[in-house]
Amino acid sequence: MIEDALNWLDDRLGVSKGGRSFLDKIFPDHWSFLLGEIALYSFVVLIATGVFLTLYFVPSAKDVIYHGSYLPLRGQKVSEAYASTVHISFGVRSGLVIRQMHHWAADVFVGAIAVHMCRIFFTGAFRKPRELNWIVGVTLLTLAIMNGFLGYSLPDDLVSGAGLRIAYSILLSIPLVGSYLAFFLFGGKFPGNGSIIPRMFILHVLVLPAIIAALIGAHLFLLVRQKHTQFSGKGRTEHNVVGSPMYPTFMAKTTGFFFMVTGVLWALGGLVQINPIWLFGPYEPYKVSYAVQPDWYMGWLDGALRIMPSWEFVGFGHTIPLEVLLPAIVFPGLTFGIFYAWPFIEEKFTKDHAVHHILDRPRDRPKRTAVGAGALAFYFTLFAASSTDVLANFFQVSLNTVLWSFRFLVVIVPIVVALATYRICLDMAGVQGIGKRKRALVVTRSAEGEYATLPSAERPGDEHHELDPAPVPVRIEGLDSDPDSGTLDPLSAAPGIRRAPR
Amino acid sequence: MEGSAAVEDRPGEHEALPIASFDDPHLQPYARDPKRAERLIAVLFVLGILGVIGYGAVFWQGGQTQLEGGFLGGGLFFIGFGLSAWGKYLLPQGPFVESRHPMSSPEPDREAMASAVVDRGKMVFRRRGFLGTLLGAGMGVFGIVATFPLIRSLGPKPGNALDTTNWKKGSRLVTMDGRPVSVHDLEVGGSLTVFPEGYTDSIRAEATDQTILVRAAASSIVTQPGRETWGPAGYLAYSKVCTHAGCPVGLYMEQTQQLLCPCHQSLFDVLDGAAPVFGPAPRPLPQLPLYVDAHGWLRAQAPYDQPVGPGFWERS
Repeated sequence: MIEDALNWLDDRLGVSKGGRSFLDKIFPDHWSFLLGEIALYSFVVLIATGVFLTLYFVPSAKDVIYHGSYLPLRGQKVSEAYASTVHISFGVRSGLVIRQMHHWAADVFVGAIAVHMCRIFFTGAFRKPRELNWIVGVTLLTLAIMNGFLGYSLPDDLVSGAGLRIAYSILLSIPLVGSYLAFFLFGGKFPGNGSIIPRMFILHVLVLPAIIAALIGAHLFLLVRQKHTQFSGKGRTEHNVVGSPMYPTFMAKTTGFFFMVTGVLWALGGLVQINPIWLFGPYEPYKVSYAVQPDWYMGWLDGALRIMPSWEFVGFGHTIPLEVLLPAIVFPGLTFGIFYAWPFIEEKFTKDHAVHHILDRPRDRPKRTAVGAGALAFYFTLFAASSTDVLANFFQVSLNTVLWSFRFLVVIVPIVVALATYRICLDMAGVQGIGKRKRALVVTRSAEGEYATLPSAERPGDEHHELDPAPVPVRIEGLDSDPDSGTLDPLSAAPGIRRAPR
Repeated sequence: MEGSAAVEDRPGEHEALPIASFDDPHLQPYARDPKRAERLIAVLFVLGILGVIGYGAVFWQGGQTQLEGGFLGGGLFFIGFGLSAWGKYLLPQGPFVESRHPMSSPEPDREAMASAVVDRGKMVFRRRGFLGTLLGAGMGVFGIVATFPLIRSLGPKPGNALDTTNWKKGSRLVTMDGRPVSVHDLEVGGSLTVFPEGYTDSIRAEATDQTILVRAAASSIVTQPGRETWGPAGYLAYSKVCTHAGCPVGLYMEQTQQLLCPCHQSLFDVLDGAAPVFGPAPRPLPQLPLYVDAHGWLRAQAPYDQPVGPGFWERS
């Protein structure tokens, strides 16, 4: 039956040979390989919940009088975008769960990409031959951040409206073309002629998701074509991949993981409030609320805007607002420029042009690890600087003190972290067997008072227990015999044999 | 280097397909006690089914956000956890291996590809370089012209729109609901957001015209040269659009007589011409000159004498 169907397909498409090797594709088992999967599955959730939201969301800045079920807003003049978002939250069954799930999924999507990228960076997985996939990945991060910003700007609430005005001011700051860009995009002087919301909408629901989906396809195609990287270990070389096969082991685990990610996101959507726009109120350009922070992935830019000194260049009849241009245009440009160029920068320094499939342990590359840790510390400090006002309130110190502290910390913290990381890496490199599970020793005392030291029972994970890797079998013999007959009981046939988790 | 090493690794075209016997150690499950794992996974699946049914029931009953989240989130998680556990504990764990072949093609293939591209390309342009130039020019012109409808149609040119507001000589100050502001409306230390009369029903006008009116003790004001008459009876009016990134400078702190922008924490000194004392804002908030008319209403002596809001290239 199944054979017939496969043969029917093979007669027409010739899928058997390629299909079989796809089923045999090996996935190395390491927890850090899940990070990319979290991003992938968050994206699936984003598409599904996003489609649901488009059924109700009205991308229009047109004023309407709110008549919905949320009493405090009744009779207020709000935009259709805002009214429909409130309607999704209170007037559509499960609407609030799905709206909040969409927002959570976006935050998790960008977060998973960022952490996944750290994994790729610190283990050197971007090296030859994977530079192209690194570039695709950095592009995905950029697009994910941009689409996140567009998405949370759509409801036209007080917080996102302020964010949109900042974005407009950032565009204005670009020399020569800034005011033209801003006017074209917004359809006039802020807030424009009402076209920014439908424009952001089409970018958010069609253009960017289509590009992201295509790039994810390319990302996965390159992954299959080049096969996975792997950490070193028993039987692992530059010329093989060791792990679990696509079918059935990986498929079961990853499908289960998809449901787990979806379940967690759904639970977050139902249980943990995010972006309660009905509390913020509709956008009014002259209103603003206290302690406004953007979504987390914009925090580093917000922090940079806050701690930048007030340098504005005025001369020759022109103004260049460096206090906005440098932190909001030049700085992110440099950041992503360096991200893109990193594989080539590193190759230039190490003069290592060889192909690498075995991953580095971060401690074995102290310089790269130090640079990465310093960079992370830098962006974390900027992120923290996006809440200068909250910190000043919390610690009961003046805003001035907090601001000046951050202006220094943003330089000092990365340097200290990088140097400390470098030292720790060097120290760890000298220790044998670090990170490997050691057999526990049990000390016993007999009735006579005699002490004895015995090794504990062997456990999975003990190094020498790992089998040599074998090719994925195509045919498995003896499957049809009665498993309860006892002759082919796998446990008695191979007592005590366990695979070591890596 | 890696090419030659890998050739040895490359398996023959018709390698024997691997066959394993059911009791091969690589095919054993990871679980020490597969029966127990089976039971655990069954329990997880049952919990999952109950969670999903629970969500269905809540939805049927009219819905409740937290219950919906808990039931379906938990249900999906348990089903997923069960399936992952099935994969991890009960399916063959290997380790299995597949060999990796170098990406680089054999040298003859590389040469053939390179010469196919280069030589045929030369055939195309051989003694016909001018055609290539013309084609390039055509593409370039199209590329530029294609941006016209894509970009230029989107919005108006800025013109002098950034330099102006709706404040005019004699504009009466009104609140958001259109009520005019009289000289008696604010106590010393009070503040109010005001707009020019006739422009309070448009969000576009509000975005630029918004002005913060504060009343300070007349004696404490540091009078700026040329602005001697701008603040009658201690009334000072400043543009509410932050000169940094355009947020409303919404927090008036009476004690210190400062205006704070909550977006990026720029601080302006109300008594000293709204000069920035702290934060990233580079310029004072522009001041609107006021006078009190015969009926006691506050009015603008003149429009703002400079563009309001953040800096831009054309600002001189």
